[in-house]
Amino acid sequence: MSYIRKVPNTWWLQRKPYFLFIVRELTSVAVAGYCGFLLYLMYALSKGRPAYSAATDLLTHPASYTLHTIGLLLVLYHTITWFNVTPKVLVFHLGEEKVPAVVIAGAHYAGWLATSALVAWLLLGTGTSV
Amino acid sequence: MVIAGNRNLGLVMAKSNEPIFWSLFSAGGMVAALFLPILMVITGFLVPNELAPQYTLSYDQVNSAVSGSNIVKLVLFAVIALPFFHWAHRFKFTLVDIGLRKISLLLGVLCYGGAISATLITAIILWRI
Repeated sequence: MSYIRKVPNTWWLQRKPYFLFIVRELTSVAVAGYCGFLLYLMYALSKGRPAYSAATDLLTHPASYTLHTIGLLLVLYHTITWFNVTPKVLVFHLGEEKVPAVVIAGAHYAGWLATSALVAWLLLGTGTSV
Repeated sequence: MVIAGNRNLGLVMAKSNEPIFWSLFSAGGMVAALFLPILMVITGFLVPNELAPQYTLSYDQVNSAVSGSNIVKLVLFAVIALPFFHWAHRFKFTLVDIGLRKISLLLGVLCYGGAISATLITAIILWRI
């Protein structure tokens, strides 16, 4: 018989790194919530102009600011923690040398910057004024 | 799931769906990390505060971009659907870790089932635009 120590369900409240681990995992709720909003926006778009306008009008509601603020903080925490572990998941070699962690993480941050710039340009910079 | 004895391990691993779900988890995490912060800044702050041009997120701009291009639909499909698999993986294991180990299988069915449903709904909605 092996002895299994019982871990209380509040283990994650006992140390800061454990707590931050759970926060990191729960950023996924904000991720899914926002994708749910994008899905709703696409549903409204498929229903036509009045439905879509009603959906985008929600963005000026005070609750939208609150949810977007909390969501953005959590999603930024996701992005930073995600890129910071990339060197541990992706190990590349150049000849005999291992590519340094800072280069792999740095490439992801550069990709993030490029993606953000592209999305911003597509949505903010390529329209025709009405 | 606990398997008695190591001799079954090869068979179990061959039958496991884990590599598929892990790839979807990983792809969803990457898509979310790259795309969601800028989108949230635009939808949450720039557009409602009128810091973005009038056409940004307008019906005409978005409708013509989405309905006119299968590439745009494909990108939107990836950006909307993949992160649900990222959520399913993390949320399931968080609930297991904080004490719901006994219903781990049920949680897996609910979380991954939710992600699969969201994926199908996304595909149908984008198809109809």
